[in-house]
Amino acid sequence: MSDQVSVMTGNEAAANAARLARVQVIAAYPITPQSPVVEQLAAWVESGELPAEFVAVESEHSAMTVCIGASTVGARTFTATSSNGLAYMTEQVWWAPGARLPIVMCVVNRAMAAPWNVLNDQQDSMSVRDAGWVQLFCRDNQEILDTTVQAYRIAERLHVPVMVCYDGFLLSHTMMPVAVPTPEQIDAFLPPFTEPFTVVDPGDPHNIGPVVMAEPRADETGATRGGYMEIRALHHRALLDALAIIPETDAEYASAVGRSWGGLTWEHLLDAAEVVLVAAGSLGTQLTVTAEQLRSEGIKAGVLGIRAYRPFPVEALRDKLAGRRLALVFDKALSYGYEGPICSDLRGAMLGSDGAPAVFGAVCGLGGRDVSPEDLAEAARRALTDLDAGARTRETDWINLHLEG
Amino acid sequence: MHARMSARGSGSQMSEISMSRPAVGEAGRTGDWRNNRPVIDAAKCLAVKQGKVTCQICWVYCPDGCIAQGVGPVIDLTYCKGCGICAEECPAGAIEMQPESLHGVCAVDETGEAAR
Amino acid sequence: MTTKILDLPVASYVLPGNRSCAGCGIGIALRQITAALEGRMVMTVPASCLTVLGGMFPIASVNVPWVNVAFPSTAAAASGIAAGLRATGRAGEMTVLAMAGDGGTGDIGIQALSGAAERNEDFIYLCYDNEAYMNTGTQRSGLTPAGARTTTTWAGKRENPKDIPRIMEAHGIPYVASTSAAFPADVYDKVSKARGITGLRYIHMNTPCPSGWGFDPKDTVRLGKLAVDTGLVVLYEVEGGVFRLTGRSASLAKTGKPRVPVADYLATQTRFRGMKPEAIAAVQAWVDERWERFVARDAGVCDQDLRGAGHHQLR
Repeated sequence: MSDQVSVMTGNEAAANAARLARVQVIAAYPITPQSPVVEQLAAWVESGELPAEFVAVESEHSAMTVCIGASTVGARTFTATSSNGLAYMTEQVWWAPGARLPIVMCVVNRAMAAPWNVLNDQQDSMSVRDAGWVQLFCRDNQEILDTTVQAYRIAERLHVPVMVCYDGFLLSHTMMPVAVPTPEQIDAFLPPFTEPFTVVDPGDPHNIGPVVMAEPRADETGATRGGYMEIRALHHRALLDALAIIPETDAEYASAVGRSWGGLTWEHLLDAAEVVLVAAGSLGTQLTVTAEQLRSEGIKAGVLGIRAYRPFPVEALRDKLAGRRLALVFDKALSYGYEGPICSDLRGAMLGSDGAPAVFGAVCGLGGRDVSPEDLAEAARRALTDLDAGARTRETDWINLHLEG
Repeated sequence: MHARMSARGSGSQMSEISMSRPAVGEAGRTGDWRNNRPVIDAAKCLAVKQGKVTCQICWVYCPDGCIAQGVGPVIDLTYCKGCGICAEECPAGAIEMQPESLHGVCAVDETGEAAR
Repeated sequence: MTTKILDLPVASYVLPGNRSCAGCGIGIALRQITAALEGRMVMTVPASCLTVLGGMFPIASVNVPWVNVAFPSTAAAASGIAAGLRATGRAGEMTVLAMAGDGGTGDIGIQALSGAAERNEDFIYLCYDNEAYMNTGTQRSGLTPAGARTTTTWAGKRENPKDIPRIMEAHGIPYVASTSAAFPADVYDKVSKARGITGLRYIHMNTPCPSGWGFDPKDTVRLGKLAVDTGLVVLYEVEGGVFRLTGRSASLAKTGKPRVPVADYLATQTRFRGMKPEAIAAVQAWVDERWERFVARDAGVCDQDLRGAGHHQLR
């Protein structure tokens, strides 16, 4: 392959992907640690290297709104945000998928206030996981570039917006080697966006997004049209279709560019693993080091990385975790008052499944709290000790917490 | 993958998004809303008296576009809500708001008396 | 010169049988707004009375492209649509029109509107001001007039309304206008003029509301005109920073005849019932001060330049 290899940050990788995807409208509002993405895009727009409309909006709510408006008239759109910015646009984060608009947004994962914290955890993305976006998590900068490009293909095939999530600072600001595909390679993979669901045409006027009744109702020809529940059921069905489309798209990308990222999940040392360490994002990369360390100690550890968090890859997880003793799920977020979100989802998916492992959860890295592969290995050893002692359930293990000072 | 919203047809068509086409009467027969209906007295209507499309003030002020220009203007009673703006604004006083009960819609008027 | 009623286009884009209240001021105006743009338009409409007028899925009642949007987002949605049309080579096909109520413009929508104005986005923004959150049942907005009773100001609103056109003037946009749904030809003319201007054009339209203001629907037009005769509502334009009164307000200033006392107007609507004489006098004083300022500006005596820095486009 003729990729140009550069060393760049995750934010630069995301910006490169938007450029290669030939996005047509960019909505930009700054927030740490996302700002360099829109700064780079602004520079390319000004120089002419990226012939896109660049709208420097006055808030994140408007950033998503500009994407909604532009996507409604058939333009390919891009925005990015983090943390409180994502929270501020939440209303519109719900609007976009319900309106079936193929927007792509990078979320540079950062802790939610209060209290203020600009560093990495995954709470922001988790807070909108129910809204009906495809949510993909990246473990390194190469994956950020490749996944953001793939996101457009996925979004436009399904008419569902796609959120590409990557860890703030750990990836967004860290330099890594990234092979940048050529425009020709990406053009072959990603055709122009030509078929929105929406029709905006003075010659054929339509009213888009009106109030919908509870019950189906007849249109002007007498045909019965769905109510709110039908429209939402079709949206949900599209997300379930994504379970096939995401791996298909990854395979198509591999043909075009030579790199694949596993589709819904990825794995490391999973063969004959008894203890499976599960996470989304860059934590997965750390877990590969952890697993290798544990293997050297005679513990049969492996890693199962979550790439697609929504739709939740139930069948893939059941299949890959069947027969294991333990799945230890590391969340960089919490559903306050309960437990880590990935842990809950995974345990729920295992219920009733043949050969399901015990599922224990750990919370780490909140607000950028450092976590090393050895910390993760320690957590795994603690979990195994409890499992061997007969525990079938276990409280969430908080890693590197210093409540005593 | 998913069929785009297709063109007209009878039966059931589930749609991925809410997107409507325009048609008259979205709220049904809004003429049923009114208690009083406008009646144009041709003898007083300026357009009729002059034999041409003139004045047409009732046409411009109808909020629902229920009045068509003409000699004299024609009111669509299927959808006229009976707001009374046309009667109020007519410079010739040619429009009277008459109770629906006078027009056979209802057998009794508001006081309970049999109409007529 | 105001277009004569008989010269207004007959083609109608607002279809009968819609859900607006009997006597709704919006309908009178919308007929002319759509006519002025010849239907070659796309509207962004937030949650509001207009949403309801537009119809429930799957039937629409206005025969123009129409995009419903979230409440705070009208101006941002229009910005996005305008950008999308440019990006897809369709900008010349239609005018983008954002049309929101007073709450959706001056309260929850003001941030997006201010941002769009600062960027001089290319669309027309029209605020239909029925002076409260009418769609949700008449709660007070920042544009509700002093003394008006609403469901959240049972004793009458204490504050005077926000002057959104003045705020828009301070953004330096190329066109700001004030009109009224009771003057459909004025609405037609101002939208027509706006159509030919590039950049953000803001039109503020007083819109009498029988349901929310408390008057018989037959009086929508009469009371809208009466408001202008008191000076509570002023018809004007600010084109490239140059102010002029228009229509009935211009005539009123020119003849110098005394305006109708506001008390006469306030007496016509149940929302002002029970207003104390001191409160009415305060409104009169407020109207008088504003009127004198408008008259002075119309005469070219400018007490403050609200034009801001002006705009220059790199596009």
